[in-house]
Amino acid sequence: MTLLLEALAVALLLVGLVFVLGGTLGLVRLPDLFSRAHATGKCDSVGVGSILLGVALLGGLQVGDLKLLLLLLLSLVSGPTTAHALARAGHRSGLPVWRRPKGGDA
Amino acid sequence: MTTLLWVSATALLVLAFACLWRADAGPTIQDRILAVNVAGTKAMAVLVLMAAIAGHDFLVDVAIVYALLNLVITLAATRYIESGRLRSESPADDAPRPSEGSA
Repeated sequence: MTLLLEALAVALLLVGLVFVLGGTLGLVRLPDLFSRAHATGKCDSVGVGSILLGVALLGGLQVGDLKLLLLLLLSLVSGPTTAHALARAGHRSGLPVWRRPKGGDA
Repeated sequence: MTTLLWVSATALLVLAFACLWRADAGPTIQDRILAVNVAGTKAMAVLVLMAAIAGHDFLVDVAIVYALLNLVITLAATRYIESGRLRSESPADDAPRPSEGSA
């Protein structure tokens, strides 16, 4: 049982790292604010969330891990909220939306 | 098992520095705020990993404070650059104001 929990924790940590890597690549590489906010939304909620779950499982689910679950809940609420607020601020201040260039393959 | 935690924390730190590059280069102020927000979230995850590595439970409390401050700072800054003030005094202030233009 402990081995199963540890395997699950390692899998969650690796999945979280992959998502955080993807979100950061999106933040660095994508062309405008809206696509960047879209990419980092995943990074914030799924990536950091599964890292938190992995750490909580790794400790063996004691009472102190309730704080980690609280932190997970907080990050699940705050990630979409900040992405929405940023995208709304960008939209209302008239940022142009990136379009695929005509004839280009990018 | 501690090795995996160390590797995760190091990878998160490297990725946080990549976010700081975006905060330096980002063309608009919203890009910079987004990058700092993501870097702060990664710092929160690093704090949780350090708590698991070193066995110091108070670092989780520090991580909670980081997450709350991150949320409040981002919301206040976006509100300020969107409407020019921190509180809306009438509901009409929430309407879009196209005359402000792209700052």
